[in-house]
Amino acid sequence: MAFATFERGIHPPDKKSLSKESPIRTATSPKRVVIPIIQHIGAPCKLSVKTGQEVKKGEVVALPEGFVSAPVHSSVSGKITAITDISLPTGRVVPAVVIQNDMKETWIDLKEDKDFLTLSPEYLKNKVKEAGIVGMGGAAFPTHVKLSPPKEKPIDVVIINGAECEPYLTADYRLMLERAMDIVNGLKILMVILGVKNGFIGIENNKPDAIQEMQKAVSGDPDIKVIPLEVKYPQGAEKMLIKACVGREVPPRALPMDVGVVVQNVGTAVAVYEAVRFGKPLIERVMTFTGEAVNNPSNLYVKIGTTISDLVSDCGGFKTQPTKLISGGPMMGFAVSNLDIPITKGTSGVVALTEQEISHINKYGPCIRCGRCIEACPMGLMPSMLSIFSEKGFFEEAKAYNLFDCFECGSCAYVCPSKRPIVQFVRLAKSQTKP
Amino acid sequence: MDAAKKHEPFIVTVSPHITSGETTSRIMWSVSLALMPASVMGVYFFGPLSALTLLLSVVSAVFFEYIYQKLLKKTITINDGSAFLTGLLLGLNLPPTVPFYIPIVGSFVAIIITKQLFGGLGYNVFNPALIGRAFLLISFPKLMTIWKEPTSAFIQIDAKTTATPLGILKEEGLGKLIEIYGDTLNLYVQLLVGYRGGCIGETSAIAILIGAGFLLYRGYISWHIPVSFLGTAAIIAWIFGGKGALFSGDPILHLLSGGILIGAFFMATDYVTSPSVKKGQILFGIGCGFLTMLIRLKGGYPEGVMFAILIMNCFSPLIDRGFKTRVFGQVKK
Repeated sequence: MAFATFERGIHPPDKKSLSKESPIRTATSPKRVVIPIIQHIGAPCKLSVKTGQEVKKGEVVALPEGFVSAPVHSSVSGKITAITDISLPTGRVVPAVVIQNDMKETWIDLKEDKDFLTLSPEYLKNKVKEAGIVGMGGAAFPTHVKLSPPKEKPIDVVIINGAECEPYLTADYRLMLERAMDIVNGLKILMVILGVKNGFIGIENNKPDAIQEMQKAVSGDPDIKVIPLEVKYPQGAEKMLIKACVGREVPPRALPMDVGVVVQNVGTAVAVYEAVRFGKPLIERVMTFTGEAVNNPSNLYVKIGTTISDLVSDCGGFKTQPTKLISGGPMMGFAVSNLDIPITKGTSGVVALTEQEISHINKYGPCIRCGRCIEACPMGLMPSMLSIFSEKGFFEEAKAYNLFDCFECGSCAYVCPSKRPIVQFVRLAKSQTKP
Repeated sequence: MDAAKKHEPFIVTVSPHITSGETTSRIMWSVSLALMPASVMGVYFFGPLSALTLLLSVVSAVFFEYIYQKLLKKTITINDGSAFLTGLLLGLNLPPTVPFYIPIVGSFVAIIITKQLFGGLGYNVFNPALIGRAFLLISFPKLMTIWKEPTSAFIQIDAKTTATPLGILKEEGLGKLIEIYGDTLNLYVQLLVGYRGGCIGETSAIAILIGAGFLLYRGYISWHIPVSFLGTAAIIAWIFGGKGALFSGDPILHLLSGGILIGAFFMATDYVTSPSVKKGQILFGIGCGFLTMLIRLKGGYPEGVMFAILIMNCFSPLIDRGFKTRVFGQVKK
């Protein structure tokens, strides 16, 4: 049987065996957490605490300013020792709240809702919003915004993204194995909020046990279907996933809601469930700490604000020198320079790559027009031309080659025999011209 | 925690952080490797002098690339294998008995004029080896059309000259060709093996196909250009290739003689000078096949592969533009 998929794409080695057998383990509670007050795409937050103040676990430390924003909560109970600027993996410098953990895990009062599926969509959506939930697959777009489509754009499909097409990462896989029912409940809540009848869960076929678990979990529910997907990168990109699951193509520059679809990641579904069922804000997440340089690659349940250095000791340290440290997956993640970077809501994993695993793009050659990138590009672009134009400073010409349709999945740069930093060229061109 | 600190700082670059193992130099060296069967057969049939021609061609191509880059203070890229490949292709497309300066002049034109002056690897409009050969053919028409009779014996001093099958076909017709080889089947067999007059590397169809099979298997070339090229040529040969009546031509003869096989699999498939978009490659191949047969059947030269590919090279950028891939989600107008 041919599995659902999209055109083109690439097949990088998935390296998931490093960590896939490791059950989700709660990470050691760190002595202190560093919580950036902006962890999402959109409007910034306003600090609502002061240095020296005691906070409880789950207490709001920053409130959203504007609709496309999400509140930030403390992931520990303790005392705020400093408010300082730090840089996120993206390079963006934001204020962060440093909290000394008193190790007491004193929660704020949480409001449980046992019969959550009978509640009104507005109430449910508000719970999602107050919990500060953002897309946990990496993009970190505020979830309640996705759940508020304008009236003229009716939604009829919700897709849960269990593709996890990034190599190395296994957090979503473990979630599907261990918390299948919570994911399905999260999906049901999303379907109630959006008033949608059709739910899909798309999972790459290299995770047959996860597909089985999810199928078991939805067996009583004819409205929800599990779709096994071909193993291919970037199968988990929203547009590719929608194409594979329901056959719809999101037009250039448009959003999934333009074709009546909302996509949420597996981890986000769990967060939605926990927020609605237990009133729990998003202060912890499952992520993968892995890579050939790590002694015990693991899937960890981590408090937001835990620094990477804490995870290193939690996973038995490094066995070899990691040359690159990636926040996210190796295809679209961000390289970070040091271990002080905290885990945020959008951190799906941290990958410590050795010299042998990384690409050496400090030396690249001319484009030999082999066309491999064209064969790889899931968006049907000509990355070769984008890189050549951008390299020579012809940014307007790059635009004419659909520059702004590129979502920087990196498939082109992966296959390029000249090792051209095509994504970098694309970003350069994007920064030098207007869509 | 502090123990891990000693590993800092880490390298920071833009994503993606992993890449495939494929490299330009591996591709170039693999194509050269794929040309080895043809080279060996060429030397086997045409003797040690042809080996010297190949050697001179390769060495001078690499030398010219080196000296140009050295003088212009550019990065020396002779290790990427592209100059070696150009030299090898040029040598394989030379007659076996050319004087020593012929491959050197050809390599100069190929590497310096066609490749480097246009911006080096990736920026040349025309296939360097073919421009080198075209230059030689036009400048030294006599020397470039002396065809040595192949011998199975390795040592043979006296080179008997002969005509290429296409030359005979053009001047004296199919009847003469069959007369020389006995019968049609034997003609095909000899052409497959390579027992015929011609350029060093173009005569043994089997050797070329073995190399081509390797490239196809490894994914270094795709079927699009060779199949459309050879298919078009075969159809035209069948329809118009006969004397008198339509549909009486011999497509097999046309595919097995001249330089069409090495041209279709090794020259027209050159990444830099052919279209990058697969659909465009089919049009490119059709154009090559059409022009080859036009020259063979109606032109002044017995063989047209070289000019056909060079003419189509000019169209590659235009074809790529015309066959731009459909952007995901875009509705066709």
